[in-house]
Amino acid sequence: MSNLETFREETRAWLEENCPASMRTPMPDEEQPWGGRNPSYPNPDTKVWMERMAARGWTAPTWPTEYGGGGLNPDENKILLQELKRIDARPSLNSFGIWMLGPALLEFATEEQKQKYLPPIVRGEIRWCQGYSEPGSGSDLAGLQTKAEDMGDHYLVNGQKVWTSYADKADWIFCLVRTDTSVKHEGISFLLIDMETEGVDPRPIKLISGSSPFCETFLTDVKVPKENLVGELNKGWTIAKRLLEHERAMISGMNMGAGEASLGGMEELAKEVFGELDGMIAHPTLRDTVTKHKMDEEAFNLTLRRTGELAKAGHGIGAEASIFKFYGSEMNKRRFEILLELLGTNALTTEGEGHDQDVMDISPQWLRSKGNSIEGGTTEVQLNIIAKRVLDLPEGGQA
Amino acid sequence: MTTENMEQPKTDFILSEEQTMLRDTAKQFFSEQVPISNLRKLRDEESADGIDRDVWKQASELGLAGILIPEAYGGTDFGITGMGLVMEEAGRTLAATPLFSSSILSTLVLLEAASEDLKQAILPAIAAGEMIVAVALEESGHHNPAAISLSAEKKDGGLVLNGRKTFVLDGHIADKLIIVARSKGQKGDTNGLSLCLVDANSDGLKVSRSKMVDSRNSSEVTCENLTVSADMIIGTIDDGAAPLESALDQARILLSAEILGGVNEVFERTLEYLKERKQFGVPIGSFQALRHRASAIFSEIEICKAVVTFALSQSDKKSNQIARLASLTKARLGEASTLVSNEGLQMHGGIGMTDDVDVGLFMKRARVQLQLLGDPRFHRERYARLNGY
Repeated sequence: MSNLETFREETRAWLEENCPASMRTPMPDEEQPWGGRNPSYPNPDTKVWMERMAARGWTAPTWPTEYGGGGLNPDENKILLQELKRIDARPSLNSFGIWMLGPALLEFATEEQKQKYLPPIVRGEIRWCQGYSEPGSGSDLAGLQTKAEDMGDHYLVNGQKVWTSYADKADWIFCLVRTDTSVKHEGISFLLIDMETEGVDPRPIKLISGSSPFCETFLTDVKVPKENLVGELNKGWTIAKRLLEHERAMISGMNMGAGEASLGGMEELAKEVFGELDGMIAHPTLRDTVTKHKMDEEAFNLTLRRTGELAKAGHGIGAEASIFKFYGSEMNKRRFEILLELLGTNALTTEGEGHDQDVMDISPQWLRSKGNSIEGGTTEVQLNIIAKRVLDLPEGGQA
Repeated sequence: MTTENMEQPKTDFILSEEQTMLRDTAKQFFSEQVPISNLRKLRDEESADGIDRDVWKQASELGLAGILIPEAYGGTDFGITGMGLVMEEAGRTLAATPLFSSSILSTLVLLEAASEDLKQAILPAIAAGEMIVAVALEESGHHNPAAISLSAEKKDGGLVLNGRKTFVLDGHIADKLIIVARSKGQKGDTNGLSLCLVDANSDGLKVSRSKMVDSRNSSEVTCENLTVSADMIIGTIDDGAAPLESALDQARILLSAEILGGVNEVFERTLEYLKERKQFGVPIGSFQALRHRASAIFSEIEICKAVVTFALSQSDKKSNQIARLASLTKARLGEASTLVSNEGLQMHGGIGMTDDVDVGLFMKRARVQLQLLGDPRFHRERYARLNGY
């Protein structure tokens, strides 16, 4: 038997033994496993599952074992993911530390920093949030003004971050700060800040969907030890860009197929609402709209698969993340518009006698989807990136 | 080019070494021997054949005419993906050859249903480029195989044909025609079709050339008591619809590869123009209104590449999803070529309206390709039906 076959057998046996039964069922939102200093476990199995996976480093399967990771090679990781999917296992840990910060630390941090920050991320002990955007710096992220002054033995940080996901629940924040005001991109540094430090004040923002996953985070005379700087002083933009690539890949893959799970597919829904004619959706123009969308989804999935195969074969992918972010987020927005159109006023009802909760759950998701083409670099920013980096079009014209 | 069988790639999207070599060979052949000036010359000199016989001879000597044909019948047997790569390159130079009519559409119909005797008699001649065979399928301005009504009356084990066909590609230069006729049932029935192989000079057959906007060959065909003997029926009488549909699906995918070549060419030329052309003292490609549209087109083309490549590789693997994938692919490429040819012309500005610049030729070709074997509307409807909604 090959090593990989042995690995698959052992993994399957271990998962059978260790993944609690309730962790193989669909996950309600309140049971999302975020970990952190003040975790919430409405279902105690969530904690058991996370700790068992973390003990093997499988919350971060491909990270090196010396930092608590699983040390798996890409083939082993693929097998692990397949075996997890086989038993419909829930994710053992949601973490911006794993998805975004960790890969950047592995590439840019000192050995001491890796030892200090990575293992608690793997174990789900520290929950991270991202301090990038500012009220005056959205698409023009490099124009950020939150400043970190060198006070000899520490940095003094003052400013305001916005769109910090779950900052009110996070333990630490990774921040872009201005350490040189005379230049733009070359005056930015990457700083790690403990949210418990005096002067850090996160305030939730209520969104159009009614929920508050994001905060604005005020930083007032926050003292940050100098060893919390990652990478060189004024070289933070390089780290920031790398991290954004991870974020774009994450957003473009997010929410695909969500929203209909409890309602059946869009095509089934259309048949239910408008009836069937010879097995076809009876409403001819809506049928065409649904069909167009289903074709878009199949074509986009093939594009993701192609890029995956090319990447595996060693072909560089670079700006593809921007294509996926652009197309994936626009497609997801169209999907929710079609669902709204399909369900009519029933999807616009938020409370009402005889109304189906699954249908009423669509409108918050529709509203949430509008952010897909704004967060992580707007659609317009992605198109700028493609024009510059892939198409090599000249710059300098009037916008 | 070798005549060895091409190794099937292990992946769905990555070319084998042999396939890469074939593509390079085709690229060199079309760019050097059949550049766009070749089509212009045929058009401007009002060529009677509408193709360049010398070019077709060279292409056949390279093995391009027999890519889909097994070695046993004198072909090079490079498979659907191999032919797709050749079509993509042919699409880049708007090459006017019988590659699609004879070496793809007719060849696929023969491979799907013809008797061993017929295959032995016809396929080697197609592979050698010595015989051109055209398919007479359409009867109206829209692709619709079920709507065929050209009648086939049964007589002495054979058929007698009466009726008209239109949009017959390369019909007027064909040595033989495959006429799709209704021998059973009514117009609108999917089944009840027969595939009839006839000589171009048969009694009762009239072929007259039409002129198309893309300067490529098309013709009208009339059958008046045209007798087809039993041994000239491809497959069995009344059972032609299934093999025809299978051949059409593979042809739709290969046609999409040709469309992809044209789309790529127009986009690359347009990008060059955006970098060169200056207005207000700067290259127009620095204006965001154009940059964003160019980036969106690029994303669309990446999606098209994935769809076409996958459909080609699945055809070679004889996947049972070919009908769905053919419709997905033909619809997507039809929509993309409309977008890219329109945007390409607009971004070229006034000069794009002139006959001297090639972008207009690509746009005209794109619209003929869009209608050929089904427009996006036809294929969206078919995709939905095949998916059960």
